[in-house]
Amino acid sequence: MTADDHLAWLRCEGRIVIVGASLAGLRAAETLRAEGFTGSLTMIGDEPYEPYDRPPLSKAVLLGKASARHTALPRRRDVDAKWRLGVAATGLDLSAQRVRLADEDEVEYDRLLIATGVRARPWPKEAEAQLDGVFVLRTRDDAVGLEQRLRASPRRVLVIGAGFTGSEIASACREQGIAVTVAERGGAPLVGALGGVIGAVAAVLHRENGVDLRTGVTVTALEGDPAGRVRSAHLSDGAVIETDVVVVALGATRNTEWLTGSGLGAGPRGIACDAGCRAFDFRGIVTDDVYVAGDVARSPHPLFGYQFLSLEHWGNAVSQAEVAAHNMISASADRRPHMWVPAFWSSQFGVNIKSVGVPPMGEEIMITQGSLAERRFVGVYGYQGRVIAAVSFDNTRWLDFYQRQIETAAPFPVESPTVDRRPEGRRPIPSDFPDPSLPSHGPTVTLSGYSPADRRLVFSPARR
Amino acid sequence: MTHHSLLRQITDYANRANPYPLYKELHNTPVLHEEDGGPYLVSSYWDILSLLHDPRISSDAANLAAAGADEMGGVAETGLPPSFIRQDPPEHDRLRRIANRPFGPPHSPRKIDSMRGELAGIVSGLIDGFGQARQIDVVDQFAYPFPVTVICRLLGVPREDEPRFHTWVEPIVAGLDPDTGKDDAERRRGAQEARMQLGMYLAQLVEQRSKEPTGDMLSELVTSHGPDGPMTTMEVLSTAVLLLIAGHETTVNLITNGMLTLLRHPEYLERLRNDPGLVVGIVEELLRYEPPVQLVPQRTCIADIEVRGTTIPKGSKIWLVLAAGNRDPERFTDPDRFDPDRKDIQHLGFGSGIHSCFGAPLARLEAQIALSELARRLDNPRLVKDPPPYRQNAVLRGPRHLLVDFDALRP
Repeated sequence: MTADDHLAWLRCEGRIVIVGASLAGLRAAETLRAEGFTGSLTMIGDEPYEPYDRPPLSKAVLLGKASARHTALPRRRDVDAKWRLGVAATGLDLSAQRVRLADEDEVEYDRLLIATGVRARPWPKEAEAQLDGVFVLRTRDDAVGLEQRLRASPRRVLVIGAGFTGSEIASACREQGIAVTVAERGGAPLVGALGGVIGAVAAVLHRENGVDLRTGVTVTALEGDPAGRVRSAHLSDGAVIETDVVVVALGATRNTEWLTGSGLGAGPRGIACDAGCRAFDFRGIVTDDVYVAGDVARSPHPLFGYQFLSLEHWGNAVSQAEVAAHNMISASADRRPHMWVPAFWSSQFGVNIKSVGVPPMGEEIMITQGSLAERRFVGVYGYQGRVIAAVSFDNTRWLDFYQRQIETAAPFPVESPTVDRRPEGRRPIPSDFPDPSLPSHGPTVTLSGYSPADRRLVFSPARR
Repeated sequence: MTHHSLLRQITDYANRANPYPLYKELHNTPVLHEEDGGPYLVSSYWDILSLLHDPRISSDAANLAAAGADEMGGVAETGLPPSFIRQDPPEHDRLRRIANRPFGPPHSPRKIDSMRGELAGIVSGLIDGFGQARQIDVVDQFAYPFPVTVICRLLGVPREDEPRFHTWVEPIVAGLDPDTGKDDAERRRGAQEARMQLGMYLAQLVEQRSKEPTGDMLSELVTSHGPDGPMTTMEVLSTAVLLLIAGHETTVNLITNGMLTLLRHPEYLERLRNDPGLVVGIVEELLRYEPPVQLVPQRTCIADIEVRGTTIPKGSKIWLVLAAGNRDPERFTDPDRFDPDRKDIQHLGFGSGIHSCFGAPLARLEAQIALSELARRLDNPRLVKDPPPYRQNAVLRGPRHLLVDFDALRP
């Protein structure tokens, strides 16, 4: 069979398996069908639910404005797939082209898409994590449980970690008048993602909204009562917080353990793939039948020095899934690179935060529009003389412009005048990111490795 | 050059009924600058979209005046400060936030939708009012009185005062027409005078409402207690002038252009009669195909800007030709075809960026109700004259009259 014949056969009668039935998995399945794939399609998901949307879980759902049970993702089209929901994938045999499932079943594929995403990083002390009232927030079930507990008038909620999820949870609590303490290892909320200059603004937001924000501290122990309910938390500065609900918001862990020993270049930082979404094996050789998309993927981005980016962004999952699906059933000359410019949004304390580009690469920041003190502004991050990222607080409508500045490597500092430029925005200042080698709940963009041949891409077993 | 410049042809009334061949010609020169001191016309979809989000583009009336353009908003000239459509942040943002509190989310998320029944009632009343006539003027008997009634109720302006304020609105709207030809100075003076008169008329209402708030938008604006505080009286007046004018001078065109387009494509009129749900797609396609605001002539750039290899020097006037962008073949397949079934319909009809149409949700709902009811109730409607006579204005473009014959009025 020639390559052309093989592709025609694949598109017609091939077997495609997608592991991960969330946003990326669903959009990939839809794209495959939209592009004319008529073979068999199997969707494997460890959660028992059809694909649902996660962003509302830390916002409208916690406020009781939307039900976690009604967050199913809208469908673009019928995908005519065989759904294996509630069954996790447990292993991969690359040479036999087979995925092993938790129920001992095996599914064969001609093309495989891995979109297993991430899960919330659990509280490291297992016994304490088991206490009643200790939550993480990632899944529908997590949200249902936490929402019920917030309804039950807790004395106080403790949020561990002031990243985006932690800050949104704190915001939802305050909006309902629930007392909340936020404990953050870094100097301010959001520092990992946006740096200290913006973090300082976020800290003011927390405090003005009545959050008991404790920075520069860690939680050393959670304590329960004899019935196993959490009662208090001990902080590294000696303080004790009386609390009924603890939400652990320490970032995410990539779901790659099931690939251990498979020979794929998968590890705690995700699965390395090329710009066309094809996975690398642990030798750094690209596979041609295994593709990766969404939060679990790490791929080189030409705009950011070909660094491997892992992005936990909604828009990235959609875009990468579309590219992966297209490439899975296309001849090599027709394949497309995944070149989505990172972008994410958050809504907290009544403020709409949006960012484009890769802020943690930014050495300096300049407030080109508005003012930090008014909490309405656009901040632009510079890296080696070019614009590398931008963040807006209640100023979303300008960001398209800054995205183009990033895409065209526009010079930094931003010299040309902009509307609403204040005196404070004429000079760049250090963006003040924490040392990336220190542990943190994590920015939503992480940089790791430098090229496909980077030795650090070599297979590394999962920690634990 | 023996022929007139494209710019002058676009503003020339002779081309009002169908400016689209001119817009097509514009696409040959995506950034067109024909005369020293004249504006730079931008006509491609992606360029317009990016300039609408570009912080080096100013809407500030003072910058425009400095660029040597007409300026009808200066405080010195009219006594009224420019409305937020002619200001930059942070003032624009503050005024628009206050204006939005009683109008839309997050503070009044259900405001527009809660008016659905009231709007339908006004529309039914107007159509019933056609009586035994078998010919109507869609503009005078329907598309004009409907949005006027709506904006009057929303703001709290007595509907019966319409003949009074209409005499002021006309010259103000004429002042927005960038007819670069004749009597510019006089036209501008007329507009300024009218704007002041309208402001004084509204001032009486605002004074009443500040003493006795009645729940309408004028009352809300003078008594606003949000984090931005209330507007000053002068700010309320310029905002009220803006909303009163924008609230009907654009929607009348959307509805009339809509009926005209449907009468030219009777298959969609028929489908709409049988399936009222189709109206959503029809209105969106209308906003692309025949946008009520054809171009944005009020922007200047505060820095040198490069667009498609052309440098637009700092201080230049820029016209964003939305109606041309809406028919950009680089963006829309088969752009000159009216196709309400289009799925890819991110039009520029309401603009984009911080100045995107404030009243868009209301305009959408008004047009949806108006067109679906006309389609449902007029039996066998026919255009009397095609093209119909147009209004003078090249920016707020639409028919002055639209005579329609029909056989009967359905209940």
